[in-house]
Amino acid sequence: MLLIACPHCGPRDEAEFVCGGQTHIARPGPPETTSDAQWARYLFERDNPKGLHLERWLHRHGCGQWFNVARDTLTHEVKAVYGLLDTRPDVT
Amino acid sequence: MTRYSLWSLLREGLTGHRGWPKAWRDPAPRPSYDVVIVGGGGHGLATAFYLARNHGIRNVAVLERGWIGQGNSGRNTTVIRSNYFFPESAAFYEFALRLYETSARELNFNTMVSQRGLITLSHSRHDLEGARRWVNAMHLNGIDSEMLTTADIARMVPDLDCSPGARHPIHGGFMQRRGGIARHDAVVWGYARAADALGVDIIQNCEVTGFVFDGPRAAGVQTSRGTIMAGRIGLAAAGHQSVLAGMAGFRLPLTTYALQAFVSEPLKPWLDKVVISPATGVYASQSDKGEIVLGGALDLYPSYAQRGNLPVAEHVMSGFLELFPSMARVRFLRQWAGMTDVVHDSSPIIGAAPVEGIWLNCGWGTGGFKAIPAGGWTFAHTIANQAPHPLVEGFGLDRFARGALIDEAAASGIAH
Amino acid sequence: MTGAFRTTTGGRIDRARPLSFRFDGRAFTGCAGDTLASALLANGVHLAGRSFKYHRPRGILAAGAEEPNALVGIDRGPGRYAPNLRATQVEIHDGLVAESQNRTPSLRFDIAALADFAAPLIPAGFYYKTFMQPAGWWAKLYEPRIRAAAGLGRAPRGADPDRYTQRYAHCETLVVGAGPAGIAAARAAAARGDRVILCDEQAEPGGSLLAETRARIDGLCAQDWLAAALAELAAEPRVTILPRTTAFGYFAQNFVALAERVTDHLAVPDPNLPRERLWQVRAREVVLATGAIERPLVFPENDRPGIMLADSARTYLARYGVKPGCRALVLAAHDDAYGAALDLAAAGMEIALIVDPRPAADGELPRRAMAAGLPVRMSATVVGTRGRLRVHEAHVGTIGADGGVRGVDVVSCDTLLMSGGWTPSVHLHSQARGKLAFRADLQAFVPGATPQACRSVGACAGEFGLQAALGPATRVEDDPVREGGFAGALPHDRPRARAFVDFQNDVTAKDLTLALREGFRSIEHVKRYTTNGMATDQGKTSNINALAIVAAASGRAIPEVGLTSFRQPYTPVTFGAFAGTSRGELFDPVRTTPIHGWAVAQGAIFEDVGQWKRAHHFPRPGEDMHAAVRRECAAVRARAGIFDASTLGKIEVVGRDAAEFLERLYVNSWKKLEPGRCRYGILLNEAGFVIDDGVIGRLAPDRFHVTTTTGGAARVLSMMEDYVQTEWPDLQIWLTSTTEQWAVIAVQGPKAREILAPLTEGIDLSRDAFAHMAVREGRVAGVPARLFRVSFTGELGFEVNVPAGQGRAVWEAIWEQARRHDAVAYGTETMHVLRAEKGYIIVGQETDGTVVPDDLGLGWAIGKGKRDFVGKRSLSRPDIAAPGRKQLVGLLSADPGHVLDEGAQIVAMRDPPPGTPALGHVTSSYWSATLGRSIALALVADGRARHGQTLFAPMPGGAVPVAVTGPVFHDPEGRSLDG
Repeated sequence: MLLIACPHCGPRDEAEFVCGGQTHIARPGPPETTSDAQWARYLFERDNPKGLHLERWLHRHGCGQWFNVARDTLTHEVKAVYGLLDTRPDVT
Repeated sequence: MTRYSLWSLLREGLTGHRGWPKAWRDPAPRPSYDVVIVGGGGHGLATAFYLARNHGIRNVAVLERGWIGQGNSGRNTTVIRSNYFFPESAAFYEFALRLYETSARELNFNTMVSQRGLITLSHSRHDLEGARRWVNAMHLNGIDSEMLTTADIARMVPDLDCSPGARHPIHGGFMQRRGGIARHDAVVWGYARAADALGVDIIQNCEVTGFVFDGPRAAGVQTSRGTIMAGRIGLAAAGHQSVLAGMAGFRLPLTTYALQAFVSEPLKPWLDKVVISPATGVYASQSDKGEIVLGGALDLYPSYAQRGNLPVAEHVMSGFLELFPSMARVRFLRQWAGMTDVVHDSSPIIGAAPVEGIWLNCGWGTGGFKAIPAGGWTFAHTIANQAPHPLVEGFGLDRFARGALIDEAAASGIAH
Repeated sequence: MTGAFRTTTGGRIDRARPLSFRFDGRAFTGCAGDTLASALLANGVHLAGRSFKYHRPRGILAAGAEEPNALVGIDRGPGRYAPNLRATQVEIHDGLVAESQNRTPSLRFDIAALADFAAPLIPAGFYYKTFMQPAGWWAKLYEPRIRAAAGLGRAPRGADPDRYTQRYAHCETLVVGAGPAGIAAARAAAARGDRVILCDEQAEPGGSLLAETRARIDGLCAQDWLAAALAELAAEPRVTILPRTTAFGYFAQNFVALAERVTDHLAVPDPNLPRERLWQVRAREVVLATGAIERPLVFPENDRPGIMLADSARTYLARYGVKPGCRALVLAAHDDAYGAALDLAAAGMEIALIVDPRPAADGELPRRAMAAGLPVRMSATVVGTRGRLRVHEAHVGTIGADGGVRGVDVVSCDTLLMSGGWTPSVHLHSQARGKLAFRADLQAFVPGATPQACRSVGACAGEFGLQAALGPATRVEDDPVREGGFAGALPHDRPRARAFVDFQNDVTAKDLTLALREGFRSIEHVKRYTTNGMATDQGKTSNINALAIVAAASGRAIPEVGLTSFRQPYTPVTFGAFAGTSRGELFDPVRTTPIHGWAVAQGAIFEDVGQWKRAHHFPRPGEDMHAAVRRECAAVRARAGIFDASTLGKIEVVGRDAAEFLERLYVNSWKKLEPGRCRYGILLNEAGFVIDDGVIGRLAPDRFHVTTTTGGAARVLSMMEDYVQTEWPDLQIWLTSTTEQWAVIAVQGPKAREILAPLTEGIDLSRDAFAHMAVREGRVAGVPARLFRVSFTGELGFEVNVPAGQGRAVWEAIWEQARRHDAVAYGTETMHVLRAEKGYIIVGQETDGTVVPDDLGLGWAIGKGKRDFVGKRSLSRPDIAAPGRKQLVGLLSADPGHVLDEGAQIVAMRDPPPGTPALGHVTSSYWSATLGRSIALALVADGRARHGQTLFAPMPGGAVPVAVTGPVFHDPEGRSLDG
């Protein structure tokens, strides 16, 4: 059971959150200059690392805000929590 | 290979079972093979077996980083079925089910296929309409299925709460009689033994750490047991497929999630059907040993941990008690989690990788076990002919860019 | 008298409180404080179970959670049958009814024990090798027989009437195990001022102290010291002591799950108490003081009733005042067995012989035993036993210098006590992702490094002895060092004999070596092939012995072979505790609209739509569903009907950039929509597929009232939040879910305007002033309202939005007016029929997650000249833009009376061969009262090009011919919209 420190509400149990998958994915555009392959990568391809993963979480049953989490997908250790528009933190 | 039979068992019984040969050898890796399959799960082993048997390609190695069957092949709820909606999926899974039906005799290993019937419950009028659509599609695809009334279901599964006062009352459902369960370890071991007998090297404790390239072409793998060259490389590593793809320099439309399963302490025969309840998010069956086997939804964040979280366990077990309120005092004995390779459209990926020399078998999500024989058969064909088997033409990686998704989950609204 | 084997004094049971109980129908008497196992032993009963595979008679092996043999069912009445409980953990109460399991017809005489005679033919994994011929016999004969023989207890019947609850707790220190080490840790934490939770799986805290007979602690006997220590802890308000509470699961970030058994031990439970509680504890630090489990020894025929763990036998004596028998042979590979022999001898039991496989034992306890005159034989072992239902003799051989065994002495005994030393309980440490290290001196794994704030203390850390557990500050006297330990199989000279490793699953040492011979080298393979460690005790007494046997047979060291993984739960936990209060309506909350009560009073039939209860139809006396729906449909078209649409999702989108936001999200154009106007919006996912739709009204330049489908409300809001926060943080908008704030009353039909007119203030309802697809604010029935002029029926229609609290009152006011026009209240079925007659789609019915707007004929809704919106790029992917996609059409069956099945498949020929891909399927199908015939909507490949064609819906009774038409069956010109 993860304990996630929501940047707005403080540490809360994972049951209050929803994981939105990989973060720092720029939506390509505009459509007319985006190739099928680029668009498919945006839609479907994800890093899916075994280890450090930068991902979006939503505090659904709390403040309703999205934010970023750096988490290890093998140990589930939460290494950092940071704002949605912040640059990626210096964690390994 | 000593043939397994009642007679060999009797003969060995008289001599203290001292004469049984190894089910498979424990060979050291050779420097090169015609085909190297990465991943010693059901799909990898079945692929090796069919490469040898169907295509005469026997110079094959299956590389497994731990022990064969340690991944999802040995961590599932053993359900087999072909009740799929789209013709592509239906044809593929029906082929798998037919191979399962003959697998014990084919492999000379009792895979304990138990076609006890699989009932999908409908908990609302809308569910029931969905079930009808499903059954009609299956009929058209030539697959057995039948609508059931609530009374039918109550008769077949006496302890199921069929009362109208239930929170999610049962409005009916549909059944695939030929669906059921099989013994997961036996499937892995059966394919391993049969492949080994045809000359396939099964190499355990052999972790792939990188790829060897000959120009743009992948020509071998680096492993914890040395470099192994390969004419063709097949990747069948389920939840670890993305990690392998990363080593080879490409990405896949996969996300790895934990999928938990739970078993109870063994009970005397109690449930002789597989029951799936989309509304409560749980499915249940009883194993040959008597354990009630439960499954539910994925843990909802990416994980390679092979362990599950508590909320999903709570949800699965409360869903189970919604169906079977008599089971509250029965105890949950063991839990495990597999690492499932989930694809956006819940359909597998079988075909060429973006890197020459590499072929892909992945994307099984929560449904890999039931696909094993067909996954192996078609993947072997695809590798041998360097072109997709007709049954998997729609399951190539190119479908994502084209938008030709075969979206079983979207079509059904239930997890696959 | 509470049993012939009860001592007259000593122990923690209350001889003054005899309790009667039944086991397999026979009446017995025990004492308050007994477990079922101790009470049976006090009555001389060892035979308590049958093994899983061979149905061998089995006795009570242990005194705690590790018991593999003595499994019972406890019957507390209807719905309250609990199978597979360990007799060693069941506390007796007056009137307890227990029964043995897995035997037919009785425990003493079990027909299935014939399997034992076939044992040479059915070793580990035999079922993988046979039952394959002839074809079909597996399914018809073998498997049903195997299944009937398998399983342990019987399933309960009838709903369990008891309650199960859950609690959440936070503390600085969670101590698991209230033995000496745990108590010491709890005291230290309490002294720091921590909030402490101290849990223990047993009925009373104390662990080994409850049966400690020698040591004195701070000058007190162990029980007195324990009482004082517990009293001190109990007086501390920040300390919570939880007996009967098993910490069974250790999750990430120091989250530990505990199962507390609240009422099982009570003869008459307080009905206000739950049967069990699941605690979910988040602790800053977890101290594991889970102790160690005594290890059985693997020797031929080591499984007969009367063969017990030595320290368990001593525990029965010291804690429960029970002598396990009259004459014991002790097989001691650890000094503690000598301690057991000394205690039992002191209580009057005859010690026939102490057999020690070690060449020498010079510890304090062996020395005392010899001094006390107990007969001891070193370098010896037991090579066989006799006794079907109770051991009556043991065969003792001498271990030679070469490791071989010679000579046999027959020793008669009614009890055989064994000890292979102690296995630290590292289960939770391992679940916490802690590493394990092998200690050769203990022949056991002990905790290594852990990534969580978690430490192991006392015996579970491999630190044995009271002094180690209690720490240097506490003075312990007479706590001699005990040494020894053996894992693996003892040597013997009987090649055909079976030495059991996993008692419950009947796995023998030979099964393990067979698995190795067959190439199963990994310990996980050996476990799966032989089923060793997979019984309900999860290998607590068998895993380390199996590991040692595998290591020895394959010439590897134990740590090289490795361990199988430890998983939750430590011991089994009821499904009830996991479910807790999440049952019935708390499993999935029911949502009702403000008008629900009215519909109930009118006798409406409801349907579940997600969590909502919606009125499906309003039957009048004597009407079935079809009659009611026909009447409702006809009334709406002819006059009017009112419909509770409150379940529609509603989101208020407000802010400077509200229009820009919707422009980017929905396919439609919004910037030019004037305030006071509405538009039908379509929402795609980025893959281009329709996921929601609904009417969106612009109330002001910076304010929109967005409606979503009933099922999509939460999903759409969440998606909106996602885009506004992550993709377009530059936009200034605010989103508020208003689904629960507005009651929505649809008034539809030619008389709609007349019904609303008398109730409406501040809104001109006239056709010219209030056009179709407009929105106005005013008052309806005196209540502030947002009034939409929209139609989902094709008739003149309004949707009245009023604050939910006044919804019912406004509904009743409108109903009053409606009745004057002979209008009806209608339900969701009529709504479905009326919209289908008009070809209006329902997301989730006409769409299934693979449908794009053009498939539905809704391409017109896509804003022209919009450069981008969510999903736009996907619409030009090759297969989305390709011809041949399934398109929405109408279908008319050749027989107008035939209503097609929803979900019927559509094909081009009457009798398609199996495997023919369908052209499409029926998405909606109804009897249309308006048209006097059946109608259907369908998605059909190239459907718009097929108008006029005849296709077929193959059904079990034969194919049904259908004509393809446009999807609008009624009033295609839309004349009725204006009333």
